[in-house]
Amino acid sequence: MTRQEIYDRLLAQFGESVVAFSNEPFTQFIVIDTPAWYHIAQYLKTDPDLYFDSLMCVTGMDLGPKKESMEVVYDLFSMRHRHKITIKVVGPREDFHVPSVESIWRVADWHEREVYDMFGILFDGHRHLKRLLLPEDWEGYPLRKDYQVQEYYHGIRVPKIKPKKLAP
Amino acid sequence: MGLLEHKFNDNLVVGKIDNLIGWARSNSPWYFQFGLACCAIEMMSTAASRYDFDRFGAMPRSSPRQADVMIVAGTVTMKMGLRVRRLWEQMADPKYVLSMGSCASSGGPYWQHGYHVLKGVDLVVPVDVYVPGCPPRPEALLEGLMKLQEKMKKEKTLAKLAE
Repeated sequence: MTRQEIYDRLLAQFGESVVAFSNEPFTQFIVIDTPAWYHIAQYLKTDPDLYFDSLMCVTGMDLGPKKESMEVVYDLFSMRHRHKITIKVVGPREDFHVPSVESIWRVADWHEREVYDMFGILFDGHRHLKRLLLPEDWEGYPLRKDYQVQEYYHGIRVPKIKPKKLAP
Repeated sequence: MGLLEHKFNDNLVVGKIDNLIGWARSNSPWYFQFGLACCAIEMMSTAASRYDFDRFGAMPRSSPRQADVMIVAGTVTMKMGLRVRRLWEQMADPKYVLSMGSCASSGGPYWQHGYHVLKGVDLVVPVDVYVPGCPPRPEALLEGLMKLQEKMKKEKTLAKLAE
């Protein structure tokens, strides 16, 4: 199936929950309404014509305080049909809740934990949502655009290093 | 023993006990394997037959309780920094720390942007010898160990310190 066909199918099935579609080179994705994402994910996994049995990657994106939005990007691939699609879920920068697809694709378990670790995006329904890489008592979410490094970590000083000005 | 053979009356040697202790310590610096990143590969290479750490009496140990020297080889993250300190506390005195590579010494390439990297292992444990390099070649690590041996030899264990 081509991306256009997948999009048409989703549009016929879910209507307004499918928000946008882009089929330009390098920006090929479908934007999904956040609350409907779990059901659409189930459909994408189980429908015999789509059958996206492999979740290749889950990525978080912070578009910065100016745009006031964050995204979660899911790359899906079907081993049976050899087609793939990128799904995006868009939301606010603070208190962004996304339905967890960890129960649909088990691989999403650590991926979602990592996205939570780096961006603070909350995945509702995840059975074990805690930090994956950083220690549990870390302050802040490092891959956010406005992240500030904490001054002390367990009494260890974290030196503030200013970027060096290069000679003209 | 050609040089020393039949040279001493009653098998007696007169010398300072500190020199003997220093000599003994410096020739058995058992090191605590602390491979954290790519420096560990160079440390392994140093321990292997071509560079042969063993000829200095340096033996790799996997437990802090059996080790004299801690070779911190690699990038120390904040998370690991707390563990480094705990392992250092578990080592028996006398203990030494050799900071290997620029990451362990100062944060290295993560100096500016690595939010999670400890900017030098000397923020958590006292360091005796810094070995620069990214990663240092085995010769550099050997040189670092020899510097540490010199330090061990000069150390006063029993003698009063000058006030």
